[in-house]
Amino acid sequence: MSILFYIFAGVTVLAALNMVLQRTPVYSALSLIVVLCSLAVEYLLLGAEFMAVLQVIIYAGAIMVLFVFVIMLLNAGHEVPSHRSRLVKWLGAPIVGAFLVEMLMAIWEQFPPTSAAPPAHLDGSPAAIGHLLFKNYVLPFEVTSILILVAVLGAVVLAKKEF
Amino acid sequence: MGTFSDTTILVIIAAVKVAVVIGVLLTAIAYTTWLERKVVAHIQARWGPYLVGPHGLLQPLADGAKFILKEEIVPAEADKVIYWLAPFLGFVLACLSIAVIPFGEGFTLYGHPIQFQITDLNVGLLFVFAVTSLGVYSIALAGWSSNSKYPLFGGLRSSAQMISYELSLGLAVVGTLMMAGTLSLRGIVNAQSGFWHIAGVNTWMPHWYIFAQPIGFFVYFTSAIAETNRVPFDLPEGETELVGGYHTEYSSMKFAMFFMSEYANMVTVSCLATLLFFGGWHGPDFVWLPAIVRIFLPVFWFCLKIFCFMFFYIWMRGTLPRFRYDQLMSLGWKFLLPLGLLNILVTGFLIVWRG
Repeated sequence: MSILFYIFAGVTVLAALNMVLQRTPVYSALSLIVVLCSLAVEYLLLGAEFMAVLQVIIYAGAIMVLFVFVIMLLNAGHEVPSHRSRLVKWLGAPIVGAFLVEMLMAIWEQFPPTSAAPPAHLDGSPAAIGHLLFKNYVLPFEVTSILILVAVLGAVVLAKKEF
Repeated sequence: MGTFSDTTILVIIAAVKVAVVIGVLLTAIAYTTWLERKVVAHIQARWGPYLVGPHGLLQPLADGAKFILKEEIVPAEADKVIYWLAPFLGFVLACLSIAVIPFGEGFTLYGHPIQFQITDLNVGLLFVFAVTSLGVYSIALAGWSSNSKYPLFGGLRSSAQMISYELSLGLAVVGTLMMAGTLSLRGIVNAQSGFWHIAGVNTWMPHWYIFAQPIGFFVYFTSAIAETNRVPFDLPEGETELVGGYHTEYSSMKFAMFFMSEYANMVTVSCLATLLFFGGWHGPDFVWLPAIVRIFLPVFWFCLKIFCFMFFYIWMRGTLPRFRYDQLMSLGWKFLLPLGLLNILVTGFLIVWRG
């Protein structure tokens, strides 16, 4: 099982790098889909089938389709570097560096991992997740739904507006 | 059998099952093309294929040979990598979803239980939806990478159509899931065994969810036809307006792969309709038959139900005219989606009311 984990971890990292380095938007979008799908496999290896399948349905199957749709609709071709502002040049690298250090420290604290097996007290089945969502976390869940609804309405109003 | 370890035997059983299922699926796809041409021909008072073999039964083989031998033409301005990737992606995904479809109970061979199913996932239904939702990339990317205007239109139309109808497809089956209480396809079929008891009286009506969820089935099957891009919702490949749609620039075996994935998707949605609403492999069992026949009888009932759905698909194609694009969109968003939601609401109330 841990061999599979390392294979898909490698695929995830390589695809993520490819996504950032590609100059053609469609290739970037496709690399992101590969990242999302191989992350779903990692969830599967941890025994969270429900999360894995939802990851593919929602992110790879719905949100990324919209991305690809927009790229196709705009017929976006090769990316050309824009005239970067000074601010980006001087602030960009330090901020990225700070994030990198922070991530490395977080990983270092967890290293070496105490166990590769999923925690026994966590249940990834649809029923267990449903109980958690609708019993323990029902208020945050409903508030999130209302937020999403408001966002959808806002998008419709903005799209309808004639300029 | 004593010389092999348990893992080896498991792997061998799985490999044999995959080989058999894929073999049967590909043969079924090939003969669905024959059935489609024959049935549509008879609907239109023609003969259909009749020269190759008796009743044209060898026509799929001749078609296959022709597709392989045809010259491969790649448009000069196409995006080569994605142009090659798209048909393979579509075909692989279309074949993948058959992995979780159960065909029958199974039997025991030398002490090893063998199920009529490649693998029983406890989120089997969602797995099928996940794989189907990725299928849209094949069509969208094929349209985009051809670098030609008609395929691009076909690809755009199909992405919009598949995103829209995926929602009502998902909502339509929720009523069934609430009644069965599981996402495992085998579990859903097992929940449909026996007969309906209404007010304590045995009605001799099979305990299929179609009788409890007629609206759910209507929404499911309408969305499924749109999801598989078939008549009357075949706008992504409408030949009268788009030449051929997303596969206009494809030739030879790559063109054939798009057709094979379309038929494989039809088989998948028919399988799901059978499993969710028509009791899967359940059917009359005849005690006087030999034991070996009784093992395979459920598989026969299952295949018969699939055949009825496939025939219905073809019948629709021979009967109905194509929808207009705006009609398609308003049907999906303004009629099927609210109907699916209403169905969930009513089912929920009934389940709570009956305890």
